[in-house]
Amino acid sequence: MSLLEIRNACLKLDGKDILKGLSLSVNEGEVHAIMGPNGSGKSTLSYMLAGREGYDLDKGEILLEGKSLIEMSADERARSGLFLAFQYPVELPGVGAMSFLREAVNSRRKFLGEKEFDHLGFVKEARKEASKMFVKDEMLKRSVNVGFSGGEKKRFEILQMAMLKPKISILDETDSGLDVDALKIVSEGVNAQRSKDNAIVVITHYQRLLDYIIPDFVHILSDGAIIKSGGPELALEVEKNGYAGLINAS
Amino acid sequence: MVATQETIDKVKEVSKSYKYGFITNLESEKAPLGLNEDIVRFISQKKKEPQWLLEWRLKAYKKWLTMKQPNWAMVNFPDINFQDIYYYSAPKTKPKLNSLDEVDPELLRTYEKLGIPIKEQEMLAGVAVDYVFDSVSVATTFREKLEKEGIIFCPISEAVQNYPELVKKYIGSVIPIGDNYYAALNSAVFTDGSFVYVPKGVRCPMELSTYFRINEQNSGQFERTLIIVEDDAYVSYLEGCTAPQRDENQLHAAVVELIAMNNSEIKYSTVQNWYPGDKDGKGGIYNFVTKRGNCLGKRSKISWTQVETGSAITWKYPSCILKGDESVGEFYSVAVANNAQQADTGTKMIHIGKNTKSTIISKGISAGKAQNTYRGQVQIQKNALGSRNFTQCDSLLIGDKCGAHTVPYINQYTPSARVEHEATTSKISEDQLFYCLQRGLDTEQATSLIVNGFCKEVMKELPMEFAVEAQKLIGISLEGSVG
Repeated sequence: MSLLEIRNACLKLDGKDILKGLSLSVNEGEVHAIMGPNGSGKSTLSYMLAGREGYDLDKGEILLEGKSLIEMSADERARSGLFLAFQYPVELPGVGAMSFLREAVNSRRKFLGEKEFDHLGFVKEARKEASKMFVKDEMLKRSVNVGFSGGEKKRFEILQMAMLKPKISILDETDSGLDVDALKIVSEGVNAQRSKDNAIVVITHYQRLLDYIIPDFVHILSDGAIIKSGGPELALEVEKNGYAGLINAS
Repeated sequence: MVATQETIDKVKEVSKSYKYGFITNLESEKAPLGLNEDIVRFISQKKKEPQWLLEWRLKAYKKWLTMKQPNWAMVNFPDINFQDIYYYSAPKTKPKLNSLDEVDPELLRTYEKLGIPIKEQEMLAGVAVDYVFDSVSVATTFREKLEKEGIIFCPISEAVQNYPELVKKYIGSVIPIGDNYYAALNSAVFTDGSFVYVPKGVRCPMELSTYFRINEQNSGQFERTLIIVEDDAYVSYLEGCTAPQRDENQLHAAVVELIAMNNSEIKYSTVQNWYPGDKDGKGGIYNFVTKRGNCLGKRSKISWTQVETGSAITWKYPSCILKGDESVGEFYSVAVANNAQQADTGTKMIHIGKNTKSTIISKGISAGKAQNTYRGQVQIQKNALGSRNFTQCDSLLIGDKCGAHTVPYINQYTPSARVEHEATTSKISEDQLFYCLQRGLDTEQATSLIVNGFCKEVMKELPMEFAVEAQKLIGISLEGSVG
């Protein structure tokens, strides 16, 4: 049984077909990269998986550990172990980063039947993980994403991932807006979480991120479906020949 | 028009979500229905009041007869039949209660239902509580502790008996009987409320608190509170209210007067969650309150902090008269209106003395089909040289059927003063909600988190005991408004 299975996903937005029979199978311990040009359906795919309102499948199925996600709300999917690192993390004015983290972690723990953190216990745990991501204490005292630079926002996303310990993580263009240093930190954070029990799907435009987060499989997304799959070398091919070459060939 | 048992049962069935919905079965001693001069005399007699107070009431009643109900607020409600209200009702208990042991056990059970563990409060919280049940105060605790400091905290009816000179000197000094229609009515028929007096140089060692409860069908609640703080003194007062579920509109026209002398401070906090009416706006409390503080002394300070989530209609403007030079007035408010609630609230800061300062932070949250209006007046008189005001008024809209309105009045008569006004209107964005959902929080948690974040600046002004209850209250009051 695969960890995440997408079968023939079809989705319309505003009457227009965006996902046209997308299929994907991700097993535990694997890192998959999905690459595609603009308009190929990358963000639609992430929102659809995360269960955002308005992104229901018209046809097809999504299974997480064999269980259908279609009837589950976005928060149910999250508690079941699905994590989305946003491309553009939104600001939550007045909502303290530390308390937000704690509430998120406790919802997941409650779902798993694990003991929830109290305030002090959580702060200790959070600081430990935060230092690995170079997230300063001072940042955790601020409101979520308010006044955070692009790099800080992405680091905070990966910090959340580290604390939530999801079964499947979708990283939506995590590299966008990052300089090389930030890219390294974020990638190290992601790599530190790779294990045989979880899986990661990296959605990206550019091959560069995949130098740091080396995938096991690479898929090319074009016009709402996966047209080609391969190993890491496929990413290098995209870099060399561009998407157009690959799309025309298939 | 009195509700039938059928209606009451129906309403109970429909509005199960209101946690505090119940009615205590106690024999109430009531005045006959309606209002006339005899009723005013009846009330004064029941309270064994001195002649001067009866005359004051009658003067107010006569003034009220000449006045017209104001109708300039952005609220709509059916005409109130003032003759269809019981102006006095008291539970049949002993007139004098010195300790909680003497309180009617049925009443104690009522307070337990309201979530007030009396024993706990007595031992741990150290909060002196003056319980007001309908129109008669039942018990006052911690009297000895306060008495040691010379602090008076008692029902106003008791203050009239024991400290008549103080009451006579200050009652009506901040809100005169003719101030407005509802203040005139209150002055004529007020039945109880709190009286607080803090002597010179004393810092009241604990939060003072009062709980209100409106019970009897059609009985109006006309509370009158008077707080006097002498030079160099301080008091923090908490007003928290709950009320049982009703299907008749209940009028709550209270009057609160605060007086602060030189270098003194009064902190007045309110958390209000009265029955707001059902989803269609039927029933619910009318909260038409007049609250005003007089910063009489130099460098005196009065702060109003309120979290208003209940009532069918909220119409109140806790205000400050900044008479003393360098005095400070503050107003921090969160007003939630959901379903069919209506709110027209705000504040008035009247700058009279030199170098006076006022701060207004108002957060309005509208959901459902509710209408929320902020109405604020900043008045800088021509001798209020060097005065400053800062106003920030933010509105949050949830859904697309509600409304938020801002009506600021700024009258500045000296160029040496500085007035700043900022206003924002926003919605809870889908992106923000989705972000929270994607982290495992459900819709209610997400909304509560975002809304409390919106209200943070106000919430941090509340005393600790209230802050937690207030945050929960905001969450509860917005249940069902999103998603």
